[in-house]
Amino acid sequence: MTAALSVTGLRFAYGKGGFALRDVDFTVAPGRFTALLGANGAGKSTLMGLLTRLFTPDQGDIQICGHDLRRNPRAGLGAMGVVFQQPTLDLDLTVRQNLTYAAGLRGLGGRETASRIAVLLERFALSARAGDKVRLLNGGHRRRVELARALLHRPPLLILDEPTVGLDAPSRRDLVAHVHRLCVEEGVSVLWATHLFDEVAPGDDVVLLHRGAVQARGPAADLLAASGTDNLAGAFQVLTAEGATA
Amino acid sequence: MMAYLRALRAIIWREMLRFLHQRERFVSALVRPLVWLFIFAAGFRAALGISVQPPYDTYITYETYVLPGLAAMVLLFNGMQSSLSMVYDREMGSMRLLLTSPLPREFLLLAKLLAGAVVGLAQVAAFLAIAALAGLTAPAPGYLTVIPALLLAGLMLGSVGMLLSSTIRQLENFAGVMNFVIFPAFFLSSALYPLWKMREGSEWLYQLARCNPFTHAVELIRFALYGRLELTAAAWVAGATLVFLLLSFWAYNPARGLMPRHTKSQ
Repeated sequence: MTAALSVTGLRFAYGKGGFALRDVDFTVAPGRFTALLGANGAGKSTLMGLLTRLFTPDQGDIQICGHDLRRNPRAGLGAMGVVFQQPTLDLDLTVRQNLTYAAGLRGLGGRETASRIAVLLERFALSARAGDKVRLLNGGHRRRVELARALLHRPPLLILDEPTVGLDAPSRRDLVAHVHRLCVEEGVSVLWATHLFDEVAPGDDVVLLHRGAVQARGPAADLLAASGTDNLAGAFQVLTAEGATA
Repeated sequence: MMAYLRALRAIIWREMLRFLHQRERFVSALVRPLVWLFIFAAGFRAALGISVQPPYDTYITYETYVLPGLAAMVLLFNGMQSSLSMVYDREMGSMRLLLTSPLPREFLLLAKLLAGAVVGLAQVAAFLAIAALAGLTAPAPGYLTVIPALLLAGLMLGSVGMLLSSTIRQLENFAGVMNFVIFPAFFLSSALYPLWKMREGSEWLYQLARCNPFTHAVELIRFALYGRLELTAAAWVAGATLVFLLLSFWAYNPARGLMPRHTKSQ
């Protein structure tokens, strides 16, 4: 079965500095929640910039649902929904206007836009706030709007870059649960970048990024076993220690 | 093809919504040329005599002369304002949403420029309506024939703005750049006085003004407002639009402001 996301031999450097990413290889299997785990400065946001084609890799390939992002960016970008780390909603537009704008950028027609917005507002319990300006929403609701926006065109792959930054604990739990449900109920494949271990469930896949390189990857349970620990924080310590590989 | 049209419509719709929400921007866009029209022009009228010159068939008042120039001034400020909003969008992150749309980046940037030109057109329409209420009118068909000229001029000025925005790393640097562009472009043009008048004062300023694309935008609008196509001006504006567009596509780096340092890849 074709991977939802396949990254091979990815390299990227800023200017003449050292590599921000070195020979990054990993896949996101269809319908799986994959956590891209790494400390601040590990290269997660750089990787996200490459996956969303904001930057071009110096070397390596990115395949999204079988589409090469370099050769066929339209199909590749069309198959993914993105939630950026930095909020990207227009604060002066309403929730519905933000969603309508995003649907237009994805080429959705009027009827499809209206029906998708209705479904997603319902799903994320935002129907009552559809006419409110985003400026009036709290952080948790804004993130839900961004998640709804990323799902408007029914992408098979959802990419989220530290989406819980700035959220309080209940909103964080709520968002993590929402996205896990998307995998189970709708078969959406998810790449979730984070530095917070408690956002990863035992059944998730993990890609452990450290200093621009993949240090370990596989099901969370396998990483725990490989590191000989019973929690991800401990596994992270062991697997990112000098010279460790898994 | 439908996807392109829908995206274009969405981008124009959003720019119009944002413009309508920013009432202060609308008011200041109107107040500026109206001050020129009703206050400065009243004083300049006595100082500047305008001879009969195309597209006018007879002697005209100074207010009538500056009307197209002030319409172009609205577009000039709007073009810079649009590019300011591009810098803002880039800093605030909403540019990422646009650039991760599955359509070619050049199309998305062009759509953004078109949206800015449409907003400029709405501002000029409001300005011309107020001028008409004050008795400053153009021939009725001119209000239709001027639309393509306004759109083309708006596109040219927007692409200049986008080129500028591509060279600016931070929002705070933008005001200074605007002063170095807007005022020279405006005063070194035929917006406020005919070029022959400028030539009486300085030959080299006249030559500079002749090479100023904004001069040709003003003349294109002036002739179009009287139902006439000034081919030289049209060619200048179309050519300048193409050059500035290509330069801004080449120079536009979506990564700027998103990344800690300048990236080498595009």
